[in-house]
Parts: sequence; C-alpha cells; structure tokens
Amino acid sequence: MNYETVIGMEVHVELHTQSKMFCRCPAHHFQIGANEHVCPVCTAQPGALPVINGRAIELTVMTGMALGCQIRPHSVFARKNYVYPDLPKGYQVSQYELPLCEHGQVVIHTSDGSRKQIAIERVHLEEDTGKLVHQGNASLVDYNRAGVPLMEIVTDASIRSADEAFAYVQKIRQLVRYLGASTGDMEKGAMRCEANISVRPEGSQAFGTKVEVKNLNSFRAVRNAIDYEVQRQIEVIEEGGTVRQVTMGWDEGAATTKEQRSKEFADDYRYFPEPDLLDVDVTDEWIDGARSQLPELPDERAARFVESFRLSADDAAMMTEDRAVADWFEQVIAAGAEPATAANWISGELFRRLKDTEAAIEDVALTPAQLAELIGLITAGTISGSAAKEVFAVMWDEGGGPTQIVEARGLQQVSDTGELESQVDAVIAAQADAADKVRNGDDKPLQFLMGMVMRATRGKANPQVVQQLLRDKLQG
Amino acid sequence: MSVTVEDVRRVAALARLDLSPDEEIQLTDELSRILQYMEKLNELDTDGVSPSAHPIPVAGRFRADESEIFSGLDELLAQAPDRRDGYFRVPRVID
Ligand SMILES: [Zn+2]
Repeated sequence: MNYETVIGMEVHVELHTQSKMFCRCPAHHFQIGANEHVCPVCTAQPGALPVINGRAIELTVMTGMALGCQIRPHSVFARKNYVYPDLPKGYQVSQYELPLCEHGQVVIHTSDGSRKQIAIERVHLEEDTGKLVHQGNASLVDYNRAGVPLMEIVTDASIRSADEAFAYVQKIRQLVRYLGASTGDMEKGAMRCEANISVRPEGSQAFGTKVEVKNLNSFRAVRNAIDYEVQRQIEVIEEGGTVRQVTMGWDEGAATTKEQRSKEFADDYRYFPEPDLLDVDVTDEWIDGARSQLPELPDERAARFVESFRLSADDAAMMTEDRAVADWFEQVIAAGAEPATAANWISGELFRRLKDTEAAIEDVALTPAQLAELIGLITAGTISGSAAKEVFAVMWDEGGGPTQIVEARGLQQVSDTGELESQVDAVIAAQADAADKVRNGDDKPLQFLMGMVMRATRGKANPQVVQQLLRDKLQG
Repeated sequence: MSVTVEDVRRVAALARLDLSPDEEIQLTDELSRILQYMEKLNELDTDGVSPSAHPIPVAGRFRADESEIFSGLDELLAQAPDRRDGYFRVPRVID
C-alpha cells in the first residue's frame, strides 16, 4: 500500500534582542559562565515584577507580517504550568488563546524546483527556559537562557514530506534573518524545530495518529528524523499494529526517534492569563510603525532582480538567499558592473572564498566597488578572464585595488595585433602539422594552436585577437 | 461546583506535591469552599461584557530593549541551598 505523510511544524526562534523578555538582563547566553545574566525576575524571586520588552513584541509582529498573518491589536500572555528545574517559576510565560499573529501563509521552494504554500496557524511569543547539565546524581541549572524571548511559529498539517519540511525550515530561517529578528543559527540553538508526524493510506481523508518529534536541531536532523519516523509508523501499520500518540525525541547519535517518558511532560498545562503582566494592546499607529521597518522580502527581491537586472531565476535566488549578500550584490551593480557577470563572480569566486574561510560577507575586506572595477577591466578587454581570477585572488589575500594589481603584476591583456603577430608566427612555424590541418579547413587544431600562443604570452594575449590572427594567416 | 479528592491528587501530582491522606481531605474541603465563595461572582449579569485579563487599559506601553547586568548577583545566588561552579544544583531529573 502507498502512504501519504502528513506533517505540521513548530519552529522556536530565539529573538535577537539586547535584553531578555521580561527583565533587563542581557539576552545573549553564549561563552559566559553559568548564571551571570540573571536577576530576581528571571530567577523567579518572590515579588519580582516582569515588564514586557517592546522590541520582542515588534520583532514577532514583523515576522507575523512577513508571513502574511493577521496581527491582533489585543493579545494576552498566559502561564503554562509545569514543574521542571529549567523553569524557575514553575510556569513558562507563553501565549495561548490570544496569540500576537494568526492565519498566515508562506511559499516554500522544494529541491525539485516546485513551489507550495504552507499555512501558518499562529506566531506567538514566550520565554526560553534555562539549561540543565546532568552530572552524577545531580542536575546543574544555568538560568542565563531563562527568559530570553522565544518566538514560536506553528503551521497547519499541510506539509507532505521531509523535503517540504526541510524547505519550510530554510524559508523560516531566511525570513527571520532578513528581518533581523534572529540569527537563525541552528547550531547555537537559535532555531529549534518539532514535527507532528502521521501517515495515512493514500487517498484517505482521515488523519492517522500523530507523533510529536522534538530535538530537530539541525537541517540534517529535520530530514533524517522525519524520514525515520515515517518509515517507523508505516512498519508498525504494515505489521498490523497501531501507532500510539506519544512524544519522541530525535537521537542524532543513534539516528533514531526515542519515546520520551510522558511523566516528565504531563500534557496538562492549566493555562491561565498571566496576572503579573498587562495585556498586550497595540494601536494602529504602533502596528504601522512595525510595518514600516519591514525590509524588502527575499521573494519580492528575487522577482525584482529578474525584472530589473535580467538575472535568471536561479541567479536571482542565489543573490537573495541572504540579505547581506543581496545588499552587497546591489552595491556591485550600483558601482557599474554588468548584473549577470557580477552574480557569476559572487556565486563563484566569492562564495568559494567565503566557504573556505567560514567568513560572512559583511566581514570581508574586499569591497563591492573593487569587484565592479575588476569586472569593468574584463569588459574593457584590459585583462583576460584567467588574469582576472589571479587579480581576485590577490585582492582577497593581500588587498588592494584591481587596476593597481594589474599594473604591478603586468597582467594587462595584449590585444595589439602587431605585438602578437610574431608570437603567432612562431607557433605556426613550430607546429607545422597542426597549422597545415587548419589550412586545409580542419578547425579542430585551432584550439591547440591558440593554447600554444596563450602559453607563449603567459596568458596575457587576448584570445579573440589570437584566433583572428590565426584564421587570417592560415585561412585568409 | 465542588472539588473531589481525585482532583486534589491530580493537581498535587502535577505540582510535584506529596500530600498525606489527611492533607488531601483538608485541601479538598478548603478548595471546595474557595470555589463556592468565588461562585458568588456568577450572580453578576455579564452579558455584553468582553472577557478581560487585566483591569487597566494601556496600549503599547513596553520596556525599551536595553540591558544591564544585575548588581546584586552574589546576594541572589547565595540564596540557593546548593550550588556548584556557578550552577544551581538540584537532584538529578533524568535517568
Ligand atoms: Zn533577568
């Protein structure tokens, strides 16, 4: 029998704010000692009063807008009650009945090139929990992360494969990075995913029993865990069993899903409105203010690149994948470079260097104007394509402007027929067999002869001029 | 509305409270009486009144996103009954 996979995703995104959600403690929690960024509010001292961080509300609303959600002018924080030491208060402040954003949608681009719209049920705001380290018969608790603003984005059950789930998570990551809402860094836990997975016979309308899989903390985990869990459920059904509604965790090392004990995650959170906080009421002006901060979103920007710069859809997608890259690309164009050539250099030489050095484009010394100048030198015929690669390497490794590097290294392309003629004559004399074949109308050895001239001129000859000279002399 | 002893046991389990049989009976009675008292509110006619989580209407009043390290850190951490290397230490919570 064939089965259909049904998936809903919950993605938690740590917001990129200065301070925590309800107190003034710094929100960053990496590479500092345990419990250095804590205070009476985020360690739940009696009488401490939380105050809402407006930037966290704004970033959540902006994300909701980018996902086409309706923004609630009135929303409420609620207490989600459960007892676990990573939660100092015995409850997590979250949103339940009245989330900030609802009823949106996002278009994903799957690896086979197709597009699909995924419905967003809600985007709400909550606080992150602390971190636990288990050691011997004790657990050690660090509250640096407790109270960091955490946005949760929930889809409906319209995702149909691990590939779509993967594309969805990529899209969310791209959007939150464009908005400056989060680093989206999965390795550092700034984005954490859970999938609700079920299978049903193809053509069936009823949903199968869903299993919640947590700990999908890398792109690879998203794909592997869903593939694994779908296969597991199909096997259970094929063997005549029934899938039980449980919570599983993805074990990266063992590459399996493992059931989490229900005792620790008793599914009865007894939500009620948080009495320590005011309701979140925002005016139309406030909402307009958040909307005015929205940047041009990646899909719109890609469409504009195709329209205004005549880029191919693939090039446009590559140039808009990351906002900083897209900005950099547009600066190269503004400095006068031909767009398709600029896209080629960025996705080729520049991306390769960035990958090798694990650098971000914002941090490189090479400037957009320098790349535009380099491209200008190629277009003007001053240097050949291969010389340009050498110039790029020097700019990257040692710095300096392209014109100056070309002059210092004598890389100017020789286009002057007079200068090249003696070299061409020498090659024709030395390679008499090949030259005869070309004389008799066989074009194949022409490339070989050109290669010999290029070698003799150490790559500086203008290939077009060399080819023309060879043709004039042998076939003219 | 009244509370049963099963309700009390369930809520106690969720809150990780270990109650004696006597305490269970006592709390069943006390919680029932609190709910009866609150039922007085049902006598009010609230037709046409929208639910409210808070009595103060304030729109768009939030804290600016500025951070500072809490100045009383040592004092705060010193209140923990058990600590190690800056961490709070609690009985192991997973196997
Ligand atoms: Zn704090």
